[in-house]
Amino acid sequence: MTYASIAFGVCPYVAIVVFIVGHVWRWKQDQFGWTSRTSQLMEKRWLMIGSPLFHVGALLAVLGHAMGLLVPAWLTEKLGVSDHVYHLMAVTGGVLAGVLLLSGLAILLLRRFITKARLRVVTRRADIVMYIVLGLTAVLGFTGTLVNVFTAGHDYRSTVAIWFRSVFTLQPDVAAMAASPWYFQAHAVCACAVLAVWPFSRLVHVWSVPLGYLIRPRIVYHTSAE
Amino acid sequence: MRVRAQMAMVMNLDKCIGCSTCSVTCKQTWTNRDGVEYVWFNNVETKPGVGYPTRWEDQARWKGGWKLDSKGRLRLRSGGKIRKLATIFANPDLPSLDDYYEPATYDYDSLVTAPASERMPVARPLSAITGLPMKMETGPNWDDDLGGSALYAAADPNIAAMSERVQLSFEQTFMFHLPRICEHCLNPACVASCPSGAMYKRETDGIVLVDENKCRGWRMCVSACPYKKVYLNHVTAKAEKCTFCFPRIEEGTPTVCAETCVGRLRYIGLVLYNLDAVEEAAGSSGDLVEAARSCLLDPFDETVIAQAKLDGIAEDWIAAAQRSPIWALAMKHQVALPLHPEYRTLPMVWYIPPLSPVLDATAAMGGDNTSADDVFHAVTTMRVPLDYLAQLFTAGDADLVAGVLMKLAAVRSHMRALTTGAPNTTTDRGLEAADLEELYRLLAIAKIADRFVIPAAHREEGAQLASWTSGYPLDGPGSVGMSGPVPVAVPTLARSTRRRP
Ligand code: HEM
Ligand code: SF4
Ligand code: SF4
Repeated sequence: MTYASIAFGVCPYVAIVVFIVGHVWRWKQDQFGWTSRTSQLMEKRWLMIGSPLFHVGALLAVLGHAMGLLVPAWLTEKLGVSDHVYHLMAVTGGVLAGVLLLSGLAILLLRRFITKARLRVVTRRADIVMYIVLGLTAVLGFTGTLVNVFTAGHDYRSTVAIWFRSVFTLQPDVAAMAASPWYFQAHAVCACAVLAVWPFSRLVHVWSVPLGYLIRPRIVYHTSAE
Repeated sequence: MRVRAQMAMVMNLDKCIGCSTCSVTCKQTWTNRDGVEYVWFNNVETKPGVGYPTRWEDQARWKGGWKLDSKGRLRLRSGGKIRKLATIFANPDLPSLDDYYEPATYDYDSLVTAPASERMPVARPLSAITGLPMKMETGPNWDDDLGGSALYAAADPNIAAMSERVQLSFEQTFMFHLPRICEHCLNPACVASCPSGAMYKRETDGIVLVDENKCRGWRMCVSACPYKKVYLNHVTAKAEKCTFCFPRIEEGTPTVCAETCVGRLRYIGLVLYNLDAVEEAAGSSGDLVEAARSCLLDPFDETVIAQAKLDGIAEDWIAAAQRSPIWALAMKHQVALPLHPEYRTLPMVWYIPPLSPVLDATAAMGGDNTSADDVFHAVTTMRVPLDYLAQLFTAGDADLVAGVLMKLAAVRSHMRALTTGAPNTTTDRGLEAADLEELYRLLAIAKIADRFVIPAAHREEGAQLASWTSGYPLDGPGSVGMSGPVPVAVPTLARSTRRRP
């Protein structure tokens, strides 16, 4: 097997299996550990800046990926979005998300590892692994965005996106991905690592977005009926 | 009308000597664990003073509790649901560790391992969080017994709120102790602010708990509670709070703080309340003490009893509500007042305001503090302790506090007259001898059977009671908390081991 078939043919499936099985296991075993692992008690000033920046950036990035990878090129063409307009949208969105996410992440990392001894006490190994894979993925992804800003760039919709969608049909188009530049390839491998780390880190908090709060009654009572 | 039962407490502040036994026994029971070193479910502060966490009463800063909006509707002071979600990534109203204090231990090892030298070795303070050397600059009761002094009193938000900014002269100095636990409110802001719905109020006994398995660490409850009685465990990153010692209460045993109280000043009992009256009372634009009282139902009233039975409240619980010292002190004799009713959470720990600052003032004015007349005179002329107590217990209504203090003074002089045979003037003031004697029995004699009227929970109906559904403290491996709410932090996976100093 070539490195490409391991990286783009095997890795994603290993990651997805670990992601799914890991979540099921964690959900069943560890409701008690399922939390955002807030560290605001230990440090507030920098968190107030870093966390919103990072999160808004991260949510924009997720949205951007959904649009860039899941929406095939023929669809946008059919909708009459010209290549130029698409490129402009992708680049503006990408740069905005990247700048927010990375500046936020930089603040969060400096805060955690430089500013206060108290924060190191509440940092676990899973947090450190998560910061490494998430940080690498973000930096590599942003590299791709920047290259597209400053050069003619690479049309990932004819390589990365095709491979990405093919993963879900269980017929991974390894060749398509292998044809993309090194930073996209590395980005994809790191993203697999993020998926694998996800269920064992604080990232599980993402699935608990408390939207139910908007519709539930003011006071929660536990009654004998329950 | 929907009748519910509420376990409530009264504290008689005149008797509190500030020994902090309650805090220590509570800590030994509930918060002697990693992650909650800085947490005191029960704390005792000196008033006037800054309290714990520092200046917790400054709601302009912490945005705790409820307020009425411009249209007179009841709203969380920290904002509605949308704002809660919008600020979820970082909560602008959350106190930091330094607003509580950094817990410390001492480097005792150095006493043993220090090499021989001229001077005695010193055990330096080490942070109980980081293990690093630290300077001790504050604590959970740093201004203990100094509360009345100008330095700390000046920083007390209640003093700042008093109508005329008082400069406490030495003659006017007064102090008393204020023990605090979670108020197990009828309208709990903590519950209303929890995005996960992990916090809940038990309909059976009103105890407010956090389901540790549902808490996701959004930490909105910590800032929303105006009394700052929900805390973050920094190891589990989940919220924890006073449990009203529910496993003991369910057995009919008093809470640890109440049972170990040296001053024997805590009363525990049931009150019946009208669930349908809660929202209106909390949103009242009138007298807030009256509003709080309006939720409580007369356990002797036939229609209340009938409805209570319909609502599934057992006969022995209704009987307990009739014998309840809380009903007697807060409702029948109206000597117990809620703490900061203006926070609109309808707190269920009630306080009998201390007469001692006024007695001291009477003596300082050259009066006889055993004479009700002299004390009444002091109550009406000495505005300083009175206005201060009003800030604490009646949302500023000094007359209400004065009324309570006069009653307490009347009990003293009535009983004095009874025992010495001296003439007594108090019954003239519309107070019945029987009432005064009952108050004397409750407040001064305060037998255990009168202080604690706690009916054991009904196990046959107890499916919802957390300590049984979760098999507290442990169900056995694998099954912890899977069967119901888990109100105390019992880890299911190995906890990270931290370096302990
Ligand atoms: C909309 C859903 C989300 C919500 C409500 C949310 C909420 C939170 C909260 C409350 C914290 C704790 C902050 C603190 O007090 O210390 C946190 C931390 C964190 N979240 Fe999220 N989050 C969301 C989505 C995400 C996403 C999509 C990611 C990345 C993939 C992410 C990554 C992180 C990381 C890395 C931290 C740790 C920050 C630090 O302390 O350094 N979150 N999140
Ligand atoms: S005092 Fe207790 S019940 Fe009331 S809001 Fe605070 S934590 Fe909740
Ligand atoms: S144990 Fe009783 S007397 Fe001592 S501080 Fe606590 S409430 Fe006051």
